[in-house]
Amino acid sequence: MRYGPERAVLEAITFTVPPGQFVALLGPSGCGKTTLLRLIAGLERPDSGRLAVREDPGGVAPSYVFQDPTLMPWASAFDNVWLPLRIGGASRAQACARVQAALAAVGLADAADARPDQLSGGMRMRVSIARALVTRPRLLLLDEPFAALDEFTRQQLNDDLLALWALAHPTTVFVTHSVAEAVYLSQRVIVLAARAGRIVADVAIDLPLPRPRRLRTTAAFAALCAGVTEALER
Amino acid sequence: MNAAPRRLRRQMLLPLATGLAALALWEITVRWFAIAPYILPAPSLVLRTLWDNFDSLALAWLFTIKVTFGALALAVTGGVLLAGLCALSRTVELALFPFAIVLQVTPIVAIAPLILIYIDSTTAALLLCAWIVAFFPILSNTVIGLRASDPNLRELFALYGASPWQRLRWLLVPSALPYFVAGLKISGGLALIGAVVAEYTAGAAGRETGLASRILEAGFRTEIPTMYAALTLVALTGVAIFAGFSLLSRLLLRRWPAGGGRRDEGQE
Repeated sequence: MRYGPERAVLEAITFTVPPGQFVALLGPSGCGKTTLLRLIAGLERPDSGRLAVREDPGGVAPSYVFQDPTLMPWASAFDNVWLPLRIGGASRAQACARVQAALAAVGLADAADARPDQLSGGMRMRVSIARALVTRPRLLLLDEPFAALDEFTRQQLNDDLLALWALAHPTTVFVTHSVAEAVYLSQRVIVLAARAGRIVADVAIDLPLPRPRRLRTTAAFAALCAGVTEALER
Repeated sequence: MNAAPRRLRRQMLLPLATGLAALALWEITVRWFAIAPYILPAPSLVLRTLWDNFDSLALAWLFTIKVTFGALALAVTGGVLLAGLCALSRTVELALFPFAIVLQVTPIVAIAPLILIYIDSTTAALLLCAWIVAFFPILSNTVIGLRASDPNLRELFALYGASPWQRLRWLLVPSALPYFVAGLKISGGLALIGAVVAEYTAGAAGRETGLASRILEAGFRTEIPTMYAALTLVALTGVAIFAGFSLLSRLLLRRWPAGGGRRDEGQE
């Protein structure tokens, strides 16, 4: 992938994600991790190289969560979550149960009628996640979804995302520039280098699931973070 | 909860009080200095003239309203259709938009005499003039609105395989609506201005005449109170159009957050 003649954004990247794995793509700003995610989603095409995404047997499109909640500001939380099903041809009545379930799963059962401007930043991101999960995708792509949230909300959403992932084990690629977030969430951290995006480390995170919050204060967690940080600085 | 109606009442009552005070001052001044009605008629005389001549003035009023709303309807149809084409194709926009600007920047009084020569029906000619003035804000606002949808949302629609029709209905139209309504509010006033200005150019000769002709006519005969009466009707029409479209805009955009779809990304 290149922008302009001079600088390749990504080069020589090779990795495979087995089905059901939670992978964190970690790297500094400008390392091309968002571009990589957009390539996987099919939002951009590679200039060269090969990229294979296994087709979902049910034909469900991969879900993508942007840095912004990316909600339709004129539509209620319900209507926003309904959107992917509605595009697929499901009427309000047909989609109702699944939309309600998705909202309930992110703790927003009572906020179905609220518009985005009536919700807090964290709640908007929850609606965005409910929208991503309502189609029951086998591939879930998240692009620094919690980067704009405060630390407390971010931790809460990390826990909730992990719990939701554990329910259906969709293959998940999570882009972040936070070492602690990457280690806490994923089963594997792929570290990209700052320039001319190369993979500099591929670290397995063998921490047990489910992951309690006190995990963040353990020696094992600290050691993994230290290892990843060192790879990042290499 | 009580603040909103109270503010609304203030917004209504305050200007109303100012207006009444000014009218009262005007009336008193005219009576006190015994100003002749052919120089400055008192508000009460204007009102009486309006009442006495209402039958003939109402006909002219109706005609002006017909031209205004006819032109506005054409402006909405033409503006939205052309905006849709421009949004669909950059080529169409590049080919046509400059000419829309030419129409917009050429003063209507300069074009009107030609239009009146070429088009036989005065009504049709006036409609065309008012349309030229009214359609541009709708066109340009709708073009901007159709382009203003969130790029991430557009990608989301693409990811889920939305058809062009779905994208138009559920993304582009709702995104463009606040812009379109803003254009409509401007065009409503412009359509009235266009209708009146074009009629001045047409002169009072035609059989189909509106309020502008009545003002001209009364001017020739120095019937100053009649001029004021007709002017009052023009102003009332303008205010009614403004108020009507403000209400319509509030109804249409009920579900949009303040600021018409755009908002700051707030934090928790």
